[in-house]
Amino acid sequence: MKHSKTEIALLTISVVFIVVMLIVPLVSVLTNSLAEGWDFYVQALTTPYVLSALRLTLIATVAAVIVNTIVGLGAAWAISKFDFRGKHFLTTLIDIPFSISPVIAGLAFIMTFGRMGWIGQWIEVLNDYWGTDIQIVFAVPGVILATIFVTFPFVFREIIPVLSTNGRDEEEAAALMGASGWTIFFRITLPQIKWALLYGIVLCTARALGEFGAVSALSKLRGETFTLPLEIDALYQSGSADAITAAFAVSSLLVLLAIIVLLLRTFLEAKADKTS
Amino acid sequence: MKHFFARSGGRNQIIPGFGLSMGMTLTMLSLLILIPLASVLAHSLQLTANDYAKLITNSGIRNAFITSISCSVLAALVNCVFGFILAWVLVRYDFFGKRLLNGVIELPFALPTAVAGITLSKLYSDTGFFGSFFASYGIQIAYTKIGLTIAMVFVGIPFVVRSIQPVLEKLDPTYEEAGSMLGASQFTIFRRIIFPELRPALLTGFGLAFARGLGEYGSVIYISGNSAKHHTQVVSYVIMQKLNYVDYASATAIALAMLVIAFVTLFSINMIQVHQARRVQ
Repeated sequence: MKHSKTEIALLTISVVFIVVMLIVPLVSVLTNSLAEGWDFYVQALTTPYVLSALRLTLIATVAAVIVNTIVGLGAAWAISKFDFRGKHFLTTLIDIPFSISPVIAGLAFIMTFGRMGWIGQWIEVLNDYWGTDIQIVFAVPGVILATIFVTFPFVFREIIPVLSTNGRDEEEAAALMGASGWTIFFRITLPQIKWALLYGIVLCTARALGEFGAVSALSKLRGETFTLPLEIDALYQSGSADAITAAFAVSSLLVLLAIIVLLLRTFLEAKADKTS
Repeated sequence: MKHFFARSGGRNQIIPGFGLSMGMTLTMLSLLILIPLASVLAHSLQLTANDYAKLITNSGIRNAFITSISCSVLAALVNCVFGFILAWVLVRYDFFGKRLLNGVIELPFALPTAVAGITLSKLYSDTGFFGSFFASYGIQIAYTKIGLTIAMVFVGIPFVVRSIQPVLEKLDPTYEEAGSMLGASQFTIFRRIIFPELRPALLTGFGLAFARGLGEYGSVIYISGNSAKHHTQVVSYVIMQKLNYVDYASATAIALAMLVIAFVTLFSINMIQVHQARRVQ
């Protein structure tokens, strides 16, 4: 195939941009993480702090994926299968977490569930009454809530275009023939959206694993309420060369996950193209 | 307002599950998103207008806003240029490794912001891979606004590419052919036929990249150096600082201004899309 001059110029710009802006940073995480050898790398990944952070990260991610998948499916069903006023407005509301700073999300939970917050004050009353010690902010529930907040629209965003393009005819026909709502969903809708849904879940997982700003505002205890990104931050900020290498070692775990996400994406997209 | 979020239209009464799905959506949306944000609003509205103005125009906070807004606008503009080229190359050309290139675009979505932050900071520091090159010419990138902007370009690029790509794919090439037959130059075809079609998508991409850059925390705080003196503190960093000092009044006041900017951006994007949908129909 013949490439014109403009074509070659634009291709070169694209490749250089991608390599400089995206590929080099990716590779540099891996080279930095192995700067002090393999033994150090393994050691850095198995400290009690890192293991505790890994555990909490996984818990928060699983919670976020479950909640956001269910809500995302429900919201997409309501928005794509029915007509109602305020549809645009509702979509905008669901998209909020995309466009506000994660730090504000953290702040919002402090102002709601913290000492100053009105739900926080109720919780304190309940704690006094029952003698319990339920804590939301600066504790595990806060970390989980913040993670759910920042990943809220991901599943919804991925499935809504597919649902909108497919229309409602098949669902309506099934309903006329007497199929129940669940039958319609599992037999007609779900097969249509399964690849988009899976990709939404993959994206949600990636974002949940890596959330930093919101969790950072709500979590102060290293080794107890820290997630992997917070542990990376703590190691990096401590400033010694060893700690920085350790920060990159922990980062490399998340980089590998990011690469898996990108591969899955390419795979799922190809699948979705084939089915449609 | 009575019929807001209530089902309308007779034909669609057949499909079941409206009550359940809508009820769940509104409940979870309120509990997880709206009530917490409303709390921020409620707390920030306790300040009098005078106090509010005093807080927001405090020089540190004002500088943070100027830095955040100017750097994210600049980063979004850079992303519009490169995002346009990338989308063009991905849609119009066939080349080896296209699928890979297409996949890599989404790296900033998949890579945790803190990881991106420490890596960029290391790469562009005076001893880093790129930083040492620029340092030999006396240009410092890390801990300056240039570094800050680079980090915002990194997080924003997929938004622009993914906004333009689908529109470019659907663009009917017959108009370009017609233009070409009538003797228009390549540049005229681009300026008069292609660009006007892509402008809404480009604006959407700009808005999304801008909003993302403006609120960005993890990927910018390491490379920016967070110096009040050199005006490299971003708004998110200042909010976090106020939180750490338990200065909730200032934190909510700044957050309110940020929320207003985010909503205006989001609203404009939606208006562009609604307008575009009408125009196409």
